Amino acid sequence: MKSTYRALYIFAISLAAALAAILLGAVVLEILGKDPLAVYKVILTEPLKDLFGLTEISVRMVPLILVALGIAISFRSGILNIGAEGQIQMGVIAAAAAAIYLPPLPKIVILPLVLVAGALAGAIWASIAGWLKAKLNVSELLSTVMLNYIAAQLYGFLLRGPMIDPAELQVGSGTPQSVRLPKAAWIDRIIPGMRLHYGFVIAIVLAILVYVFLWRTKWGYALRAAGAGPKAARYGGIKVETCLIAAMALAGAFAGLAGAIEVTGLHRRAIEGISSGYGFSGIVVALFGGLHPAGIVPSAFFFGLLLIGADMTQRIMSVPANMVLVLQGAVILSIIAAKMLIADQYLFERFARMLEKRGRKAAGGKTKAGAGKAGAAKVDRRREQP
Amino acid sequence: MNNEPIHSLAVEGITKRFPGILACDSISLDVGEHEILAIVGENGAGKTTLMNILMGLYQPDEGKILINGREVHFRTPVDAYATGIGMVHQHFMLVPNLTVAENVLLGMREFQKFLWQDMEGVRKRIREISERYNLPVQPDAYIWQLSVGEQQRVELVKTLCLGARFLILDEPTSALTPQETDDLIALLKRMSSDLSIIFISHKLAEVTALSDRIAILRQGKVVYRGTTSGQSVSNLASLMTGHEVVLPCNECTGGSGETILEIRNLKVRSDRGFFALDGLSLSLQKGEILGLAGVSGNGQRELADALAGLRKVESGSILFRKKELANKSPRSIIEAGIGYIPEDRNEEGIVPPFNVRDNLILKDFRSKHFCKGPFFRFDETRQNAEELQKRFDIRCASLNVAAGSLSGGNIQKVILARELARKPEVLIAVYPTRGLDMGAEEFIHERLLELRSQGTAILLISEELDELLNLSDRIAVIFKGKILATMPTRETSKKKLGLLMAGISGEGAA
Amino acid sequence: MNILTFVVNVLSIGIPFSVALLLASTGEMFNQRAGVFNLGCEGIMSMGAFLAFMPAHLLQNTSLAPYANLIGIAAAIAIGALFGLLFALVTVTFRAPQGIAGIGLHMFGWGVAGTLFRYFVGGVTGVPGLKNLPIPLLSRIPIIGPLLFNLNGLAYAAFILVPASWYILFKTPWGLKVRAVGTYPRAADTMGVNVSRTRYQALVAGGMLAGLAGAYLSLGQAKMFADDIVAGRGFIAVALVYFGRWNPYLILGGSLLFSVAQSFQLAIQVLGIRFPYEFAVMLPYVLVIVVLALTPGSVTRGPAELGKPFDREKRV
Repeated sequence: MKSTYRALYIFAISLAAALAAILLGAVVLEILGKDPLAVYKVILTEPLKDLFGLTEISVRMVPLILVALGIAISFRSGILNIGAEGQIQMGVIAAAAAAIYLPPLPKIVILPLVLVAGALAGAIWASIAGWLKAKLNVSELLSTVMLNYIAAQLYGFLLRGPMIDPAELQVGSGTPQSVRLPKAAWIDRIIPGMRLHYGFVIAIVLAILVYVFLWRTKWGYALRAAGAGPKAARYGGIKVETCLIAAMALAGAFAGLAGAIEVTGLHRRAIEGISSGYGFSGIVVALFGGLHPAGIVPSAFFFGLLLIGADMTQRIMSVPANMVLVLQGAVILSIIAAKMLIADQYLFERFARMLEKRGRKAAGGKTKAGAGKAGAAKVDRRREQP
Repeated sequence: MNNEPIHSLAVEGITKRFPGILACDSISLDVGEHEILAIVGENGAGKTTLMNILMGLYQPDEGKILINGREVHFRTPVDAYATGIGMVHQHFMLVPNLTVAENVLLGMREFQKFLWQDMEGVRKRIREISERYNLPVQPDAYIWQLSVGEQQRVELVKTLCLGARFLILDEPTSALTPQETDDLIALLKRMSSDLSIIFISHKLAEVTALSDRIAILRQGKVVYRGTTSGQSVSNLASLMTGHEVVLPCNECTGGSGETILEIRNLKVRSDRGFFALDGLSLSLQKGEILGLAGVSGNGQRELADALAGLRKVESGSILFRKKELANKSPRSIIEAGIGYIPEDRNEEGIVPPFNVRDNLILKDFRSKHFCKGPFFRFDETRQNAEELQKRFDIRCASLNVAAGSLSGGNIQKVILARELARKPEVLIAVYPTRGLDMGAEEFIHERLLELRSQGTAILLISEELDELLNLSDRIAVIFKGKILATMPTRETSKKKLGLLMAGISGEGAA
Repeated sequence: MNILTFVVNVLSIGIPFSVALLLASTGEMFNQRAGVFNLGCEGIMSMGAFLAFMPAHLLQNTSLAPYANLIGIAAAIAIGALFGLLFALVTVTFRAPQGIAGIGLHMFGWGVAGTLFRYFVGGVTGVPGLKNLPIPLLSRIPIIGPLLFNLNGLAYAAFILVPASWYILFKTPWGLKVRAVGTYPRAADTMGVNVSRTRYQALVAGGMLAGLAGAYLSLGQAKMFADDIVAGRGFIAVALVYFGRWNPYLILGGSLLFSVAQSFQLAIQVLGIRFPYEFAVMLPYVLVIVVLALTPGSVTRGPAELGKPFDREKRV
């Protein structure tokens, strides 16, 4: 009986949260004078209509999954990485530089080197914030945000200056971008004519590895303990400060890798705006996925869909693509509020008692409870990992 | 403000549920004018919850409150104060970075104007009250500058300033030395000519010394109501616990004589930067329980931290089997064979969202026994958990539930199981039974004595003198970061310990 | 060019630059004093900047043009209050973790401002903005006059706000409640202070000031609007509150320090000393990190319960 109430309770709150997020977006659409339902329909269905749309969603999923995996590691270890945006850019720069300046080598050698360079650059950039937190207790929220702005300037400087494509200066329009990477450093595409590349496979494999790492190894145990109960972890002999730095470095490595894969798999040269908000979207993907790889992959699909859908609504219905930010912000606010309500034992017991009373009054309450089950089961699965 | 005198206060059928607990189960009580009612019961019996309902802090699920026979509804503490009821909470409700006067002002609407505050009025009121009841306080001192005893006085003054004619005191003696306790009891007796008082405690000696009538709560129910006179302490104790509890006692005396842990001239700083341990020396022998008595805040926390490797040792040494442990990492101290039961079991003892199984390997998760390379052996961790669950009678729905959702007693059993399973040579136990019911206390005491008989040296840090006298072979008293005296338990008494805890040592104590 | 004119130049840019930071961090100070850490300040500023800009843009050639700025400022304050309310709902009533909620609010506000701007305006267009109001006599004092007494109305308001908010915080009953609920909410609760209501009030007040800071950016400083007009000033404002130890005067000092540092680098560029401008733009962000790293961590006088939600019926 109690588990039925529990499921109903979780279902009701998740539903309310989803409605709240949808409503917040709808208010903005109403101000634009657009029919929210029509816009939502375009966003959610249009990209799914052909192979091109599906592959484009998958292309977006690659950086989303990678960034979100890193953010999941950092959040679970008790340090909130908001700096993926800058870490991606650092990854792009390092990967591009490695690909351009390393001597010509066979693909099997150069490509891994390029990817590792990207991951390393992201890790180093992120470790600054981790170190500041661990040693000087500087809020990682603020330091990572600041590092984002700094990275953006550094990135712009390198693309406009030392790394600019000489051809742009001589004959081109001066567009700040690097030369094309040598072919040996390219990640191959999966389907001819589509942009989907093997980075997708890397992302899925890494999702599995992150699960194994966090829940099946002693290192993952130490990181999670440092995040979930830092005091107890300290008493248990875990060096919490080291864990914070390590978690931040790992998160940065994933973001840097995402950047490296974007540049080698998709654009094949470093261009402006390459991170295109993946750093922030990754936070939403990670939270929506319950900070668990099994949730992050479907959640990345959903937000990839939103990104492509928003591009399409911009073309079809002239709703600016910034609308994605609105929806992501609304989703964050409603998810975290819903999470707290779901965890609230006191509220749940009141809810259960209310249902009990109503159940006693009207004996016909049974069918209702059954209807809630299907949806609630889905939500329940995500909550299995504490 | 309503100045109608309170001739009687009664609660009828009060019920309050918390997640998983029925904190108050249809409680009915009454108190008359100028009367002192003691409410006694074990931790978790529902005393504090009931009082928070009386103050309008919690809303009862059922039942009513009657004043002078009329039903009243308190939605916030303001309503309770307006009627003349005031409460001194167990944990002082004083904002540390405000002054005494500002703290009082917080509750006094009549001195709060829209764009200014009448501080002079508040100071005047404070002076009136402190003169009338002989409770000296300085209105402009900041709370963080005051000692525990002074804060206690401020709490009383504050409550009286707010117009309380009916005083609720929740375990007011828990942070005081025995002498300060005596003073407070004398003060309350004087005040009862003016006020009615509800006095909450689980210390029965205080209750019989002070109260006119007594009510005993057990598991949210009133199990006894009557006059205090004629009741013996032991009689009350069995009513309180529901059965004759004979806590296990340390029968034999003295350790093996072989020193295993030697602390010499330890100097450690507190969070605020002063020396919380100022040249502390102590030695622990194999197979003995050494009790460390003292009012909390005299360096116990810092000593425990230093022994666990969590606080920097400025000078001095901690020798374990002649090896230096000062400033070693927590991990190397754990691996040396020192066990630890921390003060804050919910935050320091367990990782609350981790399940019981994972919490049971918190100190051994790297060992070859549980890990193959970097990967966990899940069968081993499960087996370990099942064994310990049986051996330590850990009651939980499954080993996969979050440890943070267990009751205090079961959380302590998880910690005990984890520490004892490692067969430590030295165990540091900090307030191991604080806040637990007597059943859990009994279980933990038995385990500690068992461990002692197996040759482990135990440092027991506690503020409960009964616990220390029952379990220890020797007792040391800590005061302001130094050990004032160490003596065999049979050569000491509560009175002697009380004086030492107040810092009175040497000839005066003898 | 002599040193004096150089200093005057730096200050004449730096002082007006400090106003947006000052307004936003004073608002954030009230939030944090009440125990709530609002990282969404940046997003609220975006919304404030946009809504203040819109009337000036739309009413430019109508008879209502003289009132456009006032309408805009009022709208910025109103949206700030509304966002403060939304943030209070999520973090106070639902007790959600404040850091992430702040990021959510930032993305939401930034997204809404960008969406509406791109749809209704499209490209960068200037507006007349706020005029400077020289104070008679005082503005004629050499050097100091033009620096301090020839500013726009919002700037004067911001500087008057410094002593005003000090008085509110330390000398009024509301300020007392704010400080109490940020330090020991349970104690405040037993004294009959409504913790949630006080935190709501502080968040709404803080939101209004953040909205006003946004209005200053678009009407008083840039005299135009762009998606990224706030450019991290909201986050810097949050950092300034730590730096300023939750005290209005120190926060004023911090705001001035930051904006003068920024105008200093601009002035150097004008002098013709060449270095990549990207590094100049980086400077304030680097400065924030350095300042945070050097600010001691103890919070004996600050809000001890900062970032922690309050639950009255939670047992301790």
